[in-house]
Amino acid sequence: MTGPFRTPTGGRIDRTRPIAFTFDGRRYTGFQGDTLASALLAAGVKVVGRSFKYHRPRGLVSAGSDEPNALVTVIRDAGRTTPNLVANEVELREGLVAESQNRWPSLAFDVSAVNDLLSPIFVSGFYYKTFMWPKSFWSKVFEPVIRAAAGFGRAPTAADPDGYAQRFVHCDVLVAGGGPAGLAAALAAAESGARVILCDEGPEFGGSLLAEPAATIDSAPAAQWIAATLATLAAHPRVTLLTRTCAFGYYQDNFVALLERVTDHRAAPDPALPRECLWQVRAAQVVIAAGALERPLVFPDNDRPGVMLAGAARAWVNRWGVAAGARAVVYTASDSAYAAAHDLRSAGVEIVRILDLRPDGGPATAVARAAGLTVETGAGIDRVLGSTAVTGVVTARHRADGTTAAGETLACDLVLTSAGWTPSVHLFSQSRGRLRWDAARATFLPGTPHEAARSAGACNGTASLADCLDEGFAAGAAAARDAGHGAVAARRFAATGTAIDIGGFAGEAPHGGNRDRTRAFVDLQHDVTAKDIRLAVREGFRSIEHVKRYTTTGMATDQGKTSNINALAVAAAATGTSLPAVGLTTFRRPYTPVSFGAFAGASRGDLFDPVRRTPAHARATVAGAVFEDVGQWKRALCLPAPGESEGAAVAREVRSVRATVGLFDASTLGKIEVVGPDAATFLDRFYVNALAKLPVGRCRYVVATRDDGFVYDDGIVARLAPDRFHVTTTTGGAARVHALMEDFLQTEWPDLDVWATSITERWAVMAIQGPQARAVLAPLVEGLDLAPEAFPHMSVATCTVAGIPARLFRVSFTGELGFEVNVPADHGAALWDRLAARVAGHGGTLYGTEAMHVLRAEKGYVVVGQDTDGTLTPDDVGLGWAVGRAKADFVGKAGLARPDLAGPGRRQLVGLRVEDPEVVLVEGAQITADPAPPPGTHALGHVTSAYASPNLGRGIALAVVEDGRSRIGTIVHVPMPGGSIAATVVAPVFWDEEGRRLHA
Amino acid sequence: MRFSFLSLLRNAFSAHRDWPEQWRSPEPKPAYDVVIVGGGGHGLAAAYFLAAEFGIRNVAVVERGWIGGGNSGRNTTIVRSNYLLEDSEALYDHSLKIWENLSQTLNYNVMFSPRGILMLAHGHHDVQSFTRHLHANRLAGIDSEWLSPEEARAFCPGLNISKDIRYPIGGATLQRRGGVARHDAVVWGFARAASALGVDILQNCEVTGIRRGPDGAVTGLDTTRGAIATRKIGVSAAGHTSVVLEMAGLGRLPLESTPLQALVSEPLKPLISCVVMSNTIHAYISQSDKGDLVIGAGTDQYVSYSQTGGLQITAHTLDAICELFPHLRRVRMMRNWGGIVDNTVDRSPILGPTPVPGLFVNCGWGTGGFKATPGAGHLLAATIARGEAHPIAAPFGLDRFARGRLIDEAAAAAVAH
Amino acid sequence: MLLVPCPWCGPRPELEFVAAGEAHVARPSPDADPTALAEALYFRANTKGLIAERWRHLHGCGRFFNAVRHTVTDKFVMSYRPGDPAPDLARLAETLAAEAAL
Repeated sequence: MTGPFRTPTGGRIDRTRPIAFTFDGRRYTGFQGDTLASALLAAGVKVVGRSFKYHRPRGLVSAGSDEPNALVTVIRDAGRTTPNLVANEVELREGLVAESQNRWPSLAFDVSAVNDLLSPIFVSGFYYKTFMWPKSFWSKVFEPVIRAAAGFGRAPTAADPDGYAQRFVHCDVLVAGGGPAGLAAALAAAESGARVILCDEGPEFGGSLLAEPAATIDSAPAAQWIAATLATLAAHPRVTLLTRTCAFGYYQDNFVALLERVTDHRAAPDPALPRECLWQVRAAQVVIAAGALERPLVFPDNDRPGVMLAGAARAWVNRWGVAAGARAVVYTASDSAYAAAHDLRSAGVEIVRILDLRPDGGPATAVARAAGLTVETGAGIDRVLGSTAVTGVVTARHRADGTTAAGETLACDLVLTSAGWTPSVHLFSQSRGRLRWDAARATFLPGTPHEAARSAGACNGTASLADCLDEGFAAGAAAARDAGHGAVAARRFAATGTAIDIGGFAGEAPHGGNRDRTRAFVDLQHDVTAKDIRLAVREGFRSIEHVKRYTTTGMATDQGKTSNINALAVAAAATGTSLPAVGLTTFRRPYTPVSFGAFAGASRGDLFDPVRRTPAHARATVAGAVFEDVGQWKRALCLPAPGESEGAAVAREVRSVRATVGLFDASTLGKIEVVGPDAATFLDRFYVNALAKLPVGRCRYVVATRDDGFVYDDGIVARLAPDRFHVTTTTGGAARVHALMEDFLQTEWPDLDVWATSITERWAVMAIQGPQARAVLAPLVEGLDLAPEAFPHMSVATCTVAGIPARLFRVSFTGELGFEVNVPADHGAALWDRLAARVAGHGGTLYGTEAMHVLRAEKGYVVVGQDTDGTLTPDDVGLGWAVGRAKADFVGKAGLARPDLAGPGRRQLVGLRVEDPEVVLVEGAQITADPAPPPGTHALGHVTSAYASPNLGRGIALAVVEDGRSRIGTIVHVPMPGGSIAATVVAPVFWDEEGRRLHA
Repeated sequence: MRFSFLSLLRNAFSAHRDWPEQWRSPEPKPAYDVVIVGGGGHGLAAAYFLAAEFGIRNVAVVERGWIGGGNSGRNTTIVRSNYLLEDSEALYDHSLKIWENLSQTLNYNVMFSPRGILMLAHGHHDVQSFTRHLHANRLAGIDSEWLSPEEARAFCPGLNISKDIRYPIGGATLQRRGGVARHDAVVWGFARAASALGVDILQNCEVTGIRRGPDGAVTGLDTTRGAIATRKIGVSAAGHTSVVLEMAGLGRLPLESTPLQALVSEPLKPLISCVVMSNTIHAYISQSDKGDLVIGAGTDQYVSYSQTGGLQITAHTLDAICELFPHLRRVRMMRNWGGIVDNTVDRSPILGPTPVPGLFVNCGWGTGGFKATPGAGHLLAATIARGEAHPIAAPFGLDRFARGRLIDEAAAAAVAH
Repeated sequence: MLLVPCPWCGPRPELEFVAAGEAHVARPSPDADPTALAEALYFRANTKGLIAERWRHLHGCGRFFNAVRHTVTDKFVMSYRPGDPAPDLARLAETLAAEAAL
């Protein structure tokens, strides 16, 4: 025995394998096969949680994932702490540590239970009406108190060390739900040869059959049929069986997401296993066999621990060998609860009375009476006695005139309720299928599907076991057929079992209490009562969505699985309309909560986003590089010597390039090879520059705009042959420039015979810049004369460098004599080695992106994305000369012609010079005409680039300023927290204005 | 009945039987001076300000479904004004100033909570861009401050400022005046206050046509609850703006409607005290008073009116959240939904008159319209009342597209090099 | 995640594609006036119903194509190659409605 409420025999638990666990620090023992809920129940633990608002003590209500009360935190260690788990979904394992939530200091004595006394004030929506005075008290006093009281579990405090996997799979037929209908559907689909996935949220297949051992299928006990069916399915190579796997989300085009709990139930999980697996299934056909949920009756104080669903009590006794109490009163509006009464009585529970809300009971009434049970029809419960546990009920007698009076008091420790069953249409509704209202049975059922999906079994309103099996099999066969597989002979099952009552009673049950004051709970977790819903309606909240939002009914972690229909019925009664007229709230995914980690999967750390490294990355690392992220690339920011600061390194690198020579890894630059008879025509149209007549062997600096005329990229176009161009882009712009090229080539100018191929990763690029660049490079070059006349600035040629086939560019982004050597990526590291050695031999240095930025800023070269921001034209940034205005057409021509893009008031690129050479302006600082600008002053522009220039011995800055070019020579102000800095507007070139060094 | 703790207490003694409807549900009148199309926060705010500030009380708000059922009730409730461009700063700060007193103005606790907006910078380009924001905001008189990674974590405990993550946090800006509010309460508060001033709120009233006279000016609307005559229509229909304006002959607009998803976790004890946003890795998160973590995802890439979106969008958001807060991997998503947002090419709204006389529009708020609710409503009301754009709204007119005077927050902030 | 019908590769998950905006919007002519330019660059049908739109099978064949999709159901009706004539969306809608009624 593992507790006073464990039955001597029965259930699917393994009584030979006791399992020790703790709950709130107390040690208990359960059996293999128990859930935390069944083990606690067996141990006689009545109170398992506290409610959200009133902190009322609460017990177990349901045996499934729809449980509203029993939320616990399960703790393995600081990082492996999971709050808000439903106790029914926590499988018992050795050493399990669970804690209750939302109580302080303890579950038994919770200080916040004082809220319950304030419940006459704490009605739905009360917080919208108060806490407004004094104004500052909301965020200083009231809100902190509310926040501290709200919430359930605590999030873990350490990073989760567990892994999460994701699988993407296709199948012909996905069957969601492994009860009788789902098993039959999977069987039919498997027999047709279809690829089948069958999943169920529980640890075993069988669904409702697991709680009904007396059921038979084709003359065999249900358990035997399940085993045989699973064996058959497992033998099919194209069938995947997934237990502990909930189909939680139905997305477009039959994309269904499943969450598999892989290790939570294991005592010592294999660290190689993921904790969970997110299956992303694209199914040709889906069979939804999600079953139905029992609905509680709503009556005063129906939230007391010990009031539970009849079907849950039946499941606990039959599946887990737990009798939830000793003396039970059954309160029902459906026949289903009678089965629970019989089964509990067989387990030794005294059935004090069955109170049947229906005036004449149902077919089960006479059977029960014949079996010796006491049944009172037209009766109910007026109120429940007891606070931390049920001690009894006062019955309610419904009179012929429609009134209800309190009856007698019945002592009991267990109240079983059943209003009927609600088909689980969640997945169907998520798939955007239309629900239909079945007036006869007062329930919503799947109507017209939106996706290739069909529902079978209880979720489709089918009540008897045989019908569920038949319907499931037919649905599986039809799904397989629609997925293109052969026909399967129809099959009929002979079965005996309890039929559930689909539909039934909904809303607040009649009782003799004051309905404005008694609390009959609809949403247990959120403490929403029937009178709360009526208050909302009284205040004008008529749509069920308004009622839901105002009262918060159905918005708890259980998403209203057991409460939504009751809430709807209370609202319908209050508005005097029918249920379907009030409408149904949207069924939002997920069906049950899904961990963030499952969605994130392996996308963490370095796998969060791919890391792109250049071929010489390892060399730069050895050379001491400090890297920065530029898009996905890692670029060397600077390469400090041992003990050298980053700032000192940058200054040294900058000086060295100007004085001698520097080597820079420019491999991240975007590169596109544009080839074809019409390549020149294409590029001439694509860039703002005139390129048609670019000679072979020459390069041109190019500017790209879209048709709107705003600069979005720049680069170099180099003509290798009449029909072959090597085009470079910015590091970040490579993909979008290539995409835009493809767009124009494929859709706008399909007549042009051109191919544009991304070659960024194919070539490593080493820039040699500085007065000694030629001296460094020349001895390595074969097949090319590097003399200034033979290979002037903006030339390109193929040759070999250090024995490697190369494309050699004479270009410069520093203002110095410069070359960029392109070699196949595989040779990048080798080339680096050779060049680095020669650079060192000439007293030069390696330099990184920061030095590159300083050098180009000294020279006034813009960086697209830093000095431009998507709102500037080529002319704004001083590149108006690049625009081939005479061309008949180019991308951006019409855009640039707009008056507002050319008129006065444009922000233009200029330089700023501050008197004090020590002052380096701040990038992003604003520029004003007023030295002491009051708040709201119009900014003339902002500083786009600012550096300490080691070569000039002063700070330099580039800026975009309104009508900047006409302001050259005037003073503007840069307001900073410590006061404005005056700056003179100057031309944006600080170094070698004539460009002599470039052409050296 | 005025809302206060005393009135709540008094009603507790009468079992709350005496609370009146928060807003009336009248039958449509044959004519109104102004009809606002769209019963979201923006539309209701416009109606309220027409009545409260501009003395125009013969106003109807027509709503296809139930008020607040669109983006007003589907967003992540972020309120801030730390935008980059001067026109945007003026617009959003106008709104933020109304937020600061909104509960008192409306006598409805909209729970505006200036918890602070922490915007994370990852990498050098972000730092540059954020610095520009910071200086621009300071010049505009909008509070904004720079926090080092350590200061950011001190402000938001749990934030992962490790240098070893894929995109380490290089710092953050903080707007302390920014925060969150209770979205439904904003809708209901405006509805209640507007209704009390005489505004008719007509729910389940879908516009089926816009009538225009021989001069092209609007003369009224056809709705599923009958024809309504009016000379002035203000359209505040978010994702459905294109659908409504097409009825007035404005078939093509600089708008595209896309799904935008959001999600909440299960309720947790207080954990994240402010709003944390990262544009670079695409995540924003706050925690509601109820304890749910409220998380915004990105838009899907295609035009849709389906109010649903793909799992990959949610997954991408949550992997970013787990990068920033690695201890949240075991926290679970409780609910996920979608709205339809109307995006302009420059990610700035359109607010002002249209080429159709008497027809005004407030749309194009994309993913960030909630924060503008009171301000946009006020400016639309002012524009309708005056017949011409309010000065703060003027730059946001429909004419800016032909002029090329886009207010491009996205380009200005997000161009990478 | 949509299942996008590439006319060359067949139906593939949306992850492989990039949506490329409304189809059949003519590129502005180089001498377009500002109004015509704005219409071409920024103004879109944004139809609630059938739309013709462009997609690129970026992580597949790399090609652009056009498709007709319903923006309420998110269901694709057809896809076709660039250069193929624009379908008559109004007639297509009627045909689909008639088929649905059968």
